Amino acid sequence: MLPKFLKAFEGSVHAINGQKVLVVLQLSGGNDGLNTVIPVRNDIYYRERPGLSISREKSLVLNDEAGLHPSLTHLKSLYDEGNLSILNNVGYPNPDRSHFRSMDIWQTASNSDEVLNSGWLGRYLDAECMNCSKPSQVLEIDDMLSLALSGEKMKGIAFRDPQRLYDTSQDPFFKEMLHAGFHEQGEDPGSYLYKVMAETVSGADYIFQQSKLRPSETVYPNSEIGKNLKTIASLISSDINTRVYYISLGSFDTHVGQQAKQEKLFSELNEAIKPFTDDLKSRHRFDDVLMISFSEFGRRVSENGSGGTDHGTANNMFLISGGLKNKGILNEMPDLSNLTDGDLNQQVDFKRVYATILNKWLQADDYKILGRKYEYLNFI
Amino acid sequence: MGDSWPFTLIYQFIKPSSLDSILESSMNINQLKNQHLWWRAGFGPPADRVKELSKQKPEALFHSMLKVSGKKPDFFDVADPQLKELVSQPMSVGKLQGLRPEEKQMIRKQSVQDIAKLNLRWLDEMTNSDAQLLEKMSLFWHGHFASKTVNILYDQALLNVIREHALGNFRDLLMNVSKSASMIQFLNNNQNRKSHPNENFARELMELFTIGRGNYTEADVKESARAFTGWGANLQGGFDFRPRQHDDGIKTFFGKTGNFSGEDILEILLAQKQTSVFITRKIYRFFVNEIVDEEKTNVLATQFFESGYDIRSLMISIFTSSWFYDRKNIGSQIKSPVLWLVGMRRQLPMEIQNPLVQIVLERLLGQVLFSPPNVAGWPGGKHWIDSSTLMLRMRLPQIVFRSDVIISKPKDDDDVMMGMRDQTLAKNIKRLRNPGSQFFQAKILWDEYIKNFKETQENAVYEVIQDLLLQKVSPVNENEMLLYIDESDREKRIQSITIRLMGTPEYQLC
Repeated sequence: MLPKFLKAFEGSVHAINGQKVLVVLQLSGGNDGLNTVIPVRNDIYYRERPGLSISREKSLVLNDEAGLHPSLTHLKSLYDEGNLSILNNVGYPNPDRSHFRSMDIWQTASNSDEVLNSGWLGRYLDAECMNCSKPSQVLEIDDMLSLALSGEKMKGIAFRDPQRLYDTSQDPFFKEMLHAGFHEQGEDPGSYLYKVMAETVSGADYIFQQSKLRPSETVYPNSEIGKNLKTIASLISSDINTRVYYISLGSFDTHVGQQAKQEKLFSELNEAIKPFTDDLKSRHRFDDVLMISFSEFGRRVSENGSGGTDHGTANNMFLISGGLKNKGILNEMPDLSNLTDGDLNQQVDFKRVYATILNKWLQADDYKILGRKYEYLNFI
Repeated sequence: MGDSWPFTLIYQFIKPSSLDSILESSMNINQLKNQHLWWRAGFGPPADRVKELSKQKPEALFHSMLKVSGKKPDFFDVADPQLKELVSQPMSVGKLQGLRPEEKQMIRKQSVQDIAKLNLRWLDEMTNSDAQLLEKMSLFWHGHFASKTVNILYDQALLNVIREHALGNFRDLLMNVSKSASMIQFLNNNQNRKSHPNENFARELMELFTIGRGNYTEADVKESARAFTGWGANLQGGFDFRPRQHDDGIKTFFGKTGNFSGEDILEILLAQKQTSVFITRKIYRFFVNEIVDEEKTNVLATQFFESGYDIRSLMISIFTSSWFYDRKNIGSQIKSPVLWLVGMRRQLPMEIQNPLVQIVLERLLGQVLFSPPNVAGWPGGKHWIDSSTLMLRMRLPQIVFRSDVIISKPKDDDDVMMGMRDQTLAKNIKRLRNPGSQFFQAKILWDEYIKNFKETQENAVYEVIQDLLLQKVSPVNENEMLLYIDESDREKRIQSITIRLMGTPEYQLC
C-alpha cells in the first residue's frame, strides 16, 4: 500500500501551465512606506520630514501626486507597463507597534487582540490537502520556516538552496530509519515525526529534481534575494506543484540613518526584480505569477532625531503581475492631515488582500482559511 | 521518476507500534520510570547518575529531587555594572530621554548582550543544578507568564521572581509577576491611566494567566483595567504605584461591586475555582501529557484550590501518582528545544567553546529564552517540528561530535536588534562562506560518559545505550545500524552508537 502523502509526490501531479502562482515578499523590520511611494505634493510630508523627505524632482514620478523611491527604477518600468499596482493605507484596526507581534498578526491573519498559532498560507495548505500531504505546495526560500507557512495540520518546507536541501536530507541513515520506522498511522507525536521526516526526505528529492528540470539561464545579481528569485523562477518553470513561494528582505528597521539603509535594500530589490520579471516574461509565465510585498507596519509620519523614523502603522503594498486587472495606484494616497497620534489610519484591512488572493488567484476557500468573510478587492 | 523514490520498500513493512516492544525489552522497569521522571521533572538524567537509574525507586528519586529543589535559589545577576550605574540614579523613564545618545545606545547594546548572557547563565543552571524540579518548573512559568522586553534589569528581575516562587504559592507568584516591571511594560500597564485605561494587561491576565477564555466578559476586562490604573514601574525595575493615575471609583467585577484595587482583582480571580482548573490543566499538559485526562485534572485542581494554590503539593501529587508512570505518558512528548539541548548536555557532558552558538540553535529551533513568540508563550508539542527544525535536530549530534558547522541562518529579530547588528551572530562567522553559519565548537567529555559502560558486556552495549537514551524504542535494530557504527574499538563504538541514537526521531521524544 502506498501511503497517500508519498503518492502525492509521484510524477503525475504536474502543475498545468496557466496555474496561478503567488510570491510573497516580506519586507522585514517595518519598511517606511512614505519614502517608498512618496506623496510629492503633500506639504505636511515635507514639513514633518525636513531631513528625510525625497523631493518631487528626485522621485520617479508616477502621477501628479505620487513618486517612487529613486532606487526603484525597474519597479517604475513595471508600473509604466501596467504590471505593478500600488495599494495604499493597508493595515488593521488597533495596530501594534512591536515587530514580532505585528508580524504575527500579518502572518497568521489574526485580529490584533487574538493570538493564532497557524499562518494563513499554512491553513491554505491544510485546506488544499485535506486528504493528501503535499507540503511542497507552499515553499519558503529561507533556512527557517515562517509562521505564515505553518498550518494546523501541515507545514510548508523551507530551504535556501534545493541542492543543499537534498544533500542534507538524503543521509542514508535517515533513509534507514524511515524504512524501519515509518508507518502511516496515528496522531501521536512519534508518528508525526516520521511523517515530517518522510515528507522532508521525499519532498527534498522532488524539489531538487524539479529545480534541475528547466533551470533559469538568466543572469541574476549575486545578492541573497537575487539567488532566491532565481530559484523561484526555475521552480515556476518546472512541473512542480508549488502554488506559493515566500521570501524575506530586511531589515527595514530604520530608526537611525534611514536614507542609506533603505536605499541599499531597495537597490538590491530593484536589481533582482528586473531579471525575475524578464525571466517570467520570456517563459510566458508572468501572467500567472502574482508577487505581493508587505511589511509588518509602516513608519511614523514625522522623522525622529537620528535621521530615521520610528514604528508606525498603515503602509502600502506592491502588487506585481502580468495579469493585473486594475492597474496603477488603486486607492487614495495617505491622508496626512488625519492622523491618530501622529500615525496613518488604515483604510484597507490586509485580510481583504489575502481573501482576494485566496479566492480569485488560488481558487481556495478564503472563508475557511481566514475564519471570516472579507470584502474582495478588484486588482485581480 | 520511479527510481528517485527511496522508500518504495517501506510500505510493505507495517510494524507494530514500537511502544509495545518496550515490554519485551530487557530494560529494568525502574530505569524507564526514573528516566521518565528525570525528563519530566527535570532536564533528563545526568551522566553521573546513570548507575542509580536501575536501582533506585522512582519515589525515592523524586523525594531527593524535591528536597534539593526546596532551597531558595541563587539569584542571577549578569547585568553590566556600568549599565546598572547609569540607571541607578532615581529617575523616571522620561528622564532617560535626557541621556546623551551615546549613553542611550550603550544601554541598549549592553542590555541586548546581557540578556544573551542571562540566557546562557540559565541554560547552564538547567544543565548543572541539582534543583532540577525548580528550574523545570521555572521554565514552565517562564512560558506561562510570557514577557519580552529589551531591558536586562527587567528580564532578570522577572526571572528571579519566577525562580523564587516557582514551587511556592501561585498567589504570591501571580502577585509578584503582575507587579514586575517586565510585565508592566510588556502588557502596557505603564500606559494604563485613569483618563485612558489600557486593557491589555487585564485581558491577558484573565485569558492567559488565570481563568482562561470563555470564563469572563468584556465588561470584566473593562472594569478590571480600571483597577490596574496607576500601576507602573521605575527604570531600575521596581514597582511604582502612581495614586494620581489610579481610578478609585466603584467597579463591578465578577458580580462583585466595590472600590477594587489591582490586588483585589487578583484575589477575586484566585477565588474562582476555574482558575485552579485552568492552571492545573496547563501543568498537566506540560508535565504529563498533551492529551488531558479531565477526571484526573479535576481531582488535582480541587486539591490545588483547597490548598490555597500550593504549587509544591500539586507537583508532589502528580509525580508520586502511579498514573504518571503509565506507558501512555512515557515517550509521549516532543522535547522543547531547550529541553532537548540541555538534556543532551546533561547526558553527554561537554565544554562548549563558543556558548553563544546555543542561542543560534534556540533561534533556529524556535525557542529563545526571554523571547517568547507572543503573549501566549510557546505553543509546544507538534509546533516545535517542521522539516527544517527536525533535520537540524537530527543532524546536530553529528555536528557537535565533529565540531562542525551549522549551515543555517536564523531570521532577524528586529525587536532585539533595533536596527543594530545581530550580536549573537557577528563574531565567529567571517571565515565561513555561508552567511550566518556557525561552528559548534565543543569538547565532549567522553570519559565521564563512557565510564558508565565499564561493566557492560560487549554484546549488550547497543541495547544498554539505547535504553539510556531513548524513552521510546527505535525501530532500527542493531543489525540495521551496523553500517553506521564505528567498530574499530570499544570506545569508538560507544561514541558512534551514542551519536547515532541521539540523531533519531525517538530522541526527540520524552
